[in-house]
Amino acid sequence: MPTSYFLALSAIMFTLGILGVLLRRNALVIFMSLELMFNAANLAFVTFANQYQLLTGQIFVFFIMAVAAAEVAVGLALMVAIFRNKGSVDIDQMNSLKG
Amino acid sequence: MFLSETTSMDPQFLLVPLVVFLPLLGILVNWLFGKRLGEKAIGAIASLAAGGTFVVSLLLLLALRMQPEGFRVPLLQWFSVGGLDVSWSFRVDTLSVVMMLVVSLVGTLIHIYAIGYMHEDVRHQGDPARFRRFFIFLNLFIAAMMILVSADNFLMLFVGWEGVGLCSYLLIGFWFEKGEGGIANAKAGKKAFIVNRIGDFGLLIAIFLIFWAFGSLNFGDIFPNVGQVAASQPGLMVAITLFMLLGVSGKSAQIPLYVWLPDAMAGPTPVSALIHAATMVTAGVYLMTRSQALYLAAPAAQNVVMWLGAVTAIFAALIAVAQFDIKKVLAYSTISQLGFMVAAVGMGAEVAAMFHLVTHAFFKALLFLSSGSVILGLEHGITAGAQSEGMHGHAAHVDPQDMRNMGGLRKKMPTTFWVYVIGALTLAGIAPLAGFFSKDEILAAANEKNIYVFVLLVSAAFLTAFYMGRQIWMVFFGKARSEAANLARESAPLVTVPLIILAILSVIGGGLNFPGVMSLEHWLGPSIQVHEATFALPVAIGSLLVALTAIVLSWLIYGRKPLAESTTQDPLARSLGGVFSLLNQKFKVDEMYQAVIIRPFEKLSDFFAHPVDQGFIDGIANGLGSLVVALAQSLRKLQNGYVRSYALSIVAGIVIILIYLLVRV
Amino acid sequence: MTFIGILFYAFLAIIAIASAVAMLLNRSAIYSALFLVLNFATIAVLYLALGAPFIAFTQVTVYAGAIMILFLFVIALLGAEKLPGYEPLKGHRTTAIVLALIFVVEVILFLVFRNQGIQPILALTQDFASPQQIGITMFTQYLLPFEVVAFILLSATIGAIVLTRVEKPTNLDVARGKK
Repeated sequence: MPTSYFLALSAIMFTLGILGVLLRRNALVIFMSLELMFNAANLAFVTFANQYQLLTGQIFVFFIMAVAAAEVAVGLALMVAIFRNKGSVDIDQMNSLKG
Repeated sequence: MFLSETTSMDPQFLLVPLVVFLPLLGILVNWLFGKRLGEKAIGAIASLAAGGTFVVSLLLLLALRMQPEGFRVPLLQWFSVGGLDVSWSFRVDTLSVVMMLVVSLVGTLIHIYAIGYMHEDVRHQGDPARFRRFFIFLNLFIAAMMILVSADNFLMLFVGWEGVGLCSYLLIGFWFEKGEGGIANAKAGKKAFIVNRIGDFGLLIAIFLIFWAFGSLNFGDIFPNVGQVAASQPGLMVAITLFMLLGVSGKSAQIPLYVWLPDAMAGPTPVSALIHAATMVTAGVYLMTRSQALYLAAPAAQNVVMWLGAVTAIFAALIAVAQFDIKKVLAYSTISQLGFMVAAVGMGAEVAAMFHLVTHAFFKALLFLSSGSVILGLEHGITAGAQSEGMHGHAAHVDPQDMRNMGGLRKKMPTTFWVYVIGALTLAGIAPLAGFFSKDEILAAANEKNIYVFVLLVSAAFLTAFYMGRQIWMVFFGKARSEAANLARESAPLVTVPLIILAILSVIGGGLNFPGVMSLEHWLGPSIQVHEATFALPVAIGSLLVALTAIVLSWLIYGRKPLAESTTQDPLARSLGGVFSLLNQKFKVDEMYQAVIIRPFEKLSDFFAHPVDQGFIDGIANGLGSLVVALAQSLRKLQNGYVRSYALSIVAGIVIILIYLLVRV
Repeated sequence: MTFIGILFYAFLAIIAIASAVAMLLNRSAIYSALFLVLNFATIAVLYLALGAPFIAFTQVTVYAGAIMILFLFVIALLGAEKLPGYEPLKGHRTTAIVLALIFVVEVILFLVFRNQGIQPILALTQDFASPQQIGITMFTQYLLPFEVVAFILLSATIGAIVLTRVEKPTNLDVARGKK
């Protein structure tokens, strides 16, 4: 099947990730939506790696996964620290930058 | 009029910049060291500066006797832009040296007089520290006047013109916090400056037109070429001369811009003498004489000038008849005499005008200074009376300048009396005093030129003699009409000696252009075109008889039965009634100006100040501020601290960029 | 482009999208996490279809196996299960949905109009993306990013430990009376 189907799927998943970031108030769910967006990008990479017969795309996915793991670790540690201060993970309650 | 550039110049001519820089040096010394040096030193320094100017002018005179064609002495270049090249150069020729001599001689005498006068006056007004400022301004005035008369181009002349205008403002409003309502003196100064401004506007337009027509502002480039420019554009000549006449009527107090001169009497008397009698007001006559070539090319303008002068002469003389302030009489007399001079220029008799300018400088300064001496005497009488009577003396405020409060001063102030009589007789035109010859020359020229102008001028001469006689009888004869007059005493020698010198000059001044010898006429020959004057004996005898008749008439009315009290009605008022009060009110010209010109203008200013400036322009400025504030308030809502709305803006940005990338060709 | 192929792809795509939507809409965080796991598994199968076996296994192991477990741990630790459903920001939901729709339409348009000859997927040889091949490429061509990623992981580990440490008061703070 044409590659564009995979790319469309990737686009839709990316958009769903965006919606998740914008609409959900639970900080952890926002992180999960971010993971969804990462996955959409990964799908696009692998699709192109397949199309152009290059291994580069898959290597990239590898690295993206590694970095995503690191980011999740740090991000969740941050959430834990914030939870200790604010008592909740509602992202709307972290509005100290209001000006 | 050909200025010799090729023959070698006598090095004495190089002294001419000193006529400007000596007074400036006096200013500098007085400004920096005056406070420490004391009154006598300040006065001495200022008088020495003026005296030095006189000496330099004499040296220039002697040099000119050898080389009467005159020289240009350039000093420095001012600016050169486009086709206009203006430099500060001095023009030493017979005409300018005459003016320099008059200004410096009379100026020096007035400086010396002012030392004594101001010593009394600053104490009478209560601010002795202002003595130094007065002499700085006086020296500044001499410097500016010298710039004016020694200028070689119209722009430097204008610089001096403006300078003397500034000095007259500073000196008229010298006691700026005094006067009626605490502001009258300042208002008089302001009026002088503004009315002169209107005249200066006319002069400026004339200078612009001159540059447009001739391409240069130097006298040497303009006057020889008048002929060819006039042939091609005659209307332009008329325009130039008429605009210049506007400037002259401002500075030399002709109709319609004379209204500042009587108000300018608010200044101290030496100021009135120097500026308004002897020098500044004559700047206009000098300007017209200098620009004779322009006027000769525009006969229509010459006629206008002649009629303007004649009408002003009789107008002012009429007003002077009904004035009670001693200085106001002299002020209107000045306007009248200036009318004579302007009329003479208009008739083409420039020599007569210059002759009258010189003699008028002597006797008008004499009259003003003597009236100052009279006022000093009365002021002394006021303070003496106040001291002796204690509280009671302050009850009635006596105006020391009102003639109705004077009387019988002949015995109290003899020197002043005699010099005043000499001055008055000269002004009236009694032979063989100086005024007779100069006024007579003008009348002779008028007789030849235009019989109506002649009649007007003779009537003005009649009225001149009449009001001077009236003044003498009212001030010096009869018995003292107020306590102050009773207690008056003669002034210090520092005051009376310059008066005596001026009186002598008034007596012998006629020799300057004695009929037959005609020295001034020959002297001025190299500088201007001279109209050969003839001495008409019938005119001379006639004018003498007219003057004598007027004096006898004044004696009949004022001398035989002097006014009994200061509140007695003037006998002329009784007989002429309404006419007298109209003359007393100066034909209500000031009121008319106020109603027709000034009040609408003030309303317009008010309109521009409040609705336009405060409302509209400030509204724009403030509105911009408010707009920015409103913008900031609305933009502030972007930073609400919610991470999700920041993310939303990021997504919005992405969408926009994608749209751009999509439609990009 | 066989019919089976299309059916297969459609089935997987629908599951992927449905699980993503379910993740979005679910009230409970734990259910969202579990739906995300399902999504990851589906994507792994799609990777297999695209001829990337190593990546598919890595996806299951790292993403679904490690990252999501980490998520579940933290959700359990913080007790962040249910949150009130009202939306404090006015018009935020509408704007977000509109923008997302525009976004997806744009990308589809890109695909439609700016395609430069997308061919169907090819059948790949078995050792195209085998671990050996990936290993060889990574250690020769992409050695530097590999090392850098190692550092990133190291710093992430340190960061996670440091950020969650509880501050013990020093002697000085006690002396100053601080808590």
